[in-house]
Amino acid sequence: MSAWEELLGMLTDPLMQRALVAALLVGLAAPVIGTYLVQRKLSLLGDGIGHVALTGVALGWLVGNVMGLVPDDALAIPGAVVAALAGAVAIELVRERGRTSGDVALALLFYGGIAGGVLLISVAGGTNANLMGYLFGSISTVTSTDLGLTVVLSVLVLVVGVGLRTALFAVSHDEEFARAAGLPVRALNIAIAVIAALTVTVAMRVVGLLLVSALMIVPVAIAQLTTSSFRRTMATAMVIGVVVCTVGLSVTYWQDVPPGATIVVLAIGLYAVVSLGAAVRTRLRREHRDPHPQVPDDVELARRLT
Amino acid sequence: MPLTPVIAASGVRVTLGGSTILWDVDLTVGQSEVVALLGANGSGKSTLVRAVVGAVPLDRGRVELFGSPLGPQVPWERVGYVPQRVSAGGGVPATACEVVVSGTLHGRRVLPPRGARARARAALEQVGLGDRVDQPVREMSGGQQQRVLIARALVRRPDLLLLDEPVAGVDVASQRTFADVLTDLVDHGTTVLVVLHELGALAPLVQRAVVLRHGSVVHDGAPPAPAPEHAGPDHVHLHPHDGDEAGPAEAPGLSTTLGWER
Repeated sequence: MSAWEELLGMLTDPLMQRALVAALLVGLAAPVIGTYLVQRKLSLLGDGIGHVALTGVALGWLVGNVMGLVPDDALAIPGAVVAALAGAVAIELVRERGRTSGDVALALLFYGGIAGGVLLISVAGGTNANLMGYLFGSISTVTSTDLGLTVVLSVLVLVVGVGLRTALFAVSHDEEFARAAGLPVRALNIAIAVIAALTVTVAMRVVGLLLVSALMIVPVAIAQLTTSSFRRTMATAMVIGVVVCTVGLSVTYWQDVPPGATIVVLAIGLYAVVSLGAAVRTRLRREHRDPHPQVPDDVELARRLT
Repeated sequence: MPLTPVIAASGVRVTLGGSTILWDVDLTVGQSEVVALLGANGSGKSTLVRAVVGAVPLDRGRVELFGSPLGPQVPWERVGYVPQRVSAGGGVPATACEVVVSGTLHGRRVLPPRGARARARAALEQVGLGDRVDQPVREMSGGQQQRVLIARALVRRPDLLLLDEPVAGVDVASQRTFADVLTDLVDHGTTVLVVLHELGALAPLVQRAVVLRHGSVVHDGAPPAPAPEHAGPDHVHLHPHDGDEAGPAEAPGLSTTLGWER
């Protein structure tokens, strides 16, 4: 078969079609929220939410079991959404009260989330193996219902994250100024927390809860190596997100490798290449460029030194 | 003076991190007044300005801007606040224009108005940075970053401007531009409350001075003469920027003014 036919084969496979659409949306949405998180130096927030979402998955499973639903993980994703939202808002409220305790609160969420998930899933009569699909992603099992939910949530993330970008930038860039401008700072902060939580649950099926944060942060890290404005950083990160997600997923059509890990390794590899390129470019430019700002002297010099 | 003052603060008490920074401070600023807020490092000047704009919570007391208590009723588009320069490191790069455009938002307006970029460009030109609109802020000098923050406050054409140490650690060219901009605004009737370490180049503009000491007002009236050891024309100040007024604890040699006489 020619490469073209191979590609056509992949694109006409319904399973692959659904997976590709999900990957595309996640690649587009995750870097949007990631840009705000990097801006406010909360790169690990996604991880915190992801761990809490695991408890939500197990809780949904438990509730589904009790209600006798078939399949028994029918409520896993709604459970994850609820837990992620609650966790994200809780983290935001803790952060607002005092910056010093936010770090510890995040750590507590990490461990509490994982331990709670493992404990609850055993109570529900499941095994840790049941959790693996959520921890590391299971894009090949995306159903039409899952896809519908992914589309709705991604659109919500994109509309809020891109539509309100000036306000979200203002509050992430200088919270004190935003407060002094009378902006609804708490509402905007909670909006960021909520879209972070939604992104985590959307990305959960593609890369898994343990790697969700990578999809938010790594494209932004790559983008800001080459850009000089906030807007362009976000746009570039979205393009990178889409490319690594779809390419990484396509690889798994031919090679039997886990998609989530492939996507993340691909992104990290791209980061290494781009940062190497950026370093070379800086070195080449260094000879021509004076890093000091062009400002007149503060003192009168009798003789100008040149 | 009209009946409603622009700023009316009464009995303002602020506690940050367990220590009381402001003890029942009263401050009234009338329309078109230019008031300097003076005092040593750690006397609570910055905290008072931050309390007036609602950036720190009040323990007690009341603040009204343009006759409205702090909150959604305040006409925020008439208030421009210039915080002390924040270190621009980390995070995602942002251009001067993007930072200034964020100043067009206020109160319930969470989407930038039509023509926000053009207004941001005009505000940057006003502070002499018209040629650096698309330059990342982190690549600018301290004085230029300070001017970007001033442009961010000016972009909404405020009637009240609150500035926190706008010339501390700023190069001479930026100080000169700043004094010119401020003179122009004052001529057009803008009310100004400015935190200063010493009156310096702004002395001709300042009509009234409020002096804080240990969180209380100790003087409210004509601008006082500088303390003798600060009076010399050759006196040079080095201001530690971060950690200024972070708390009442005074690290010897750090938060006191470092000066040398020749």
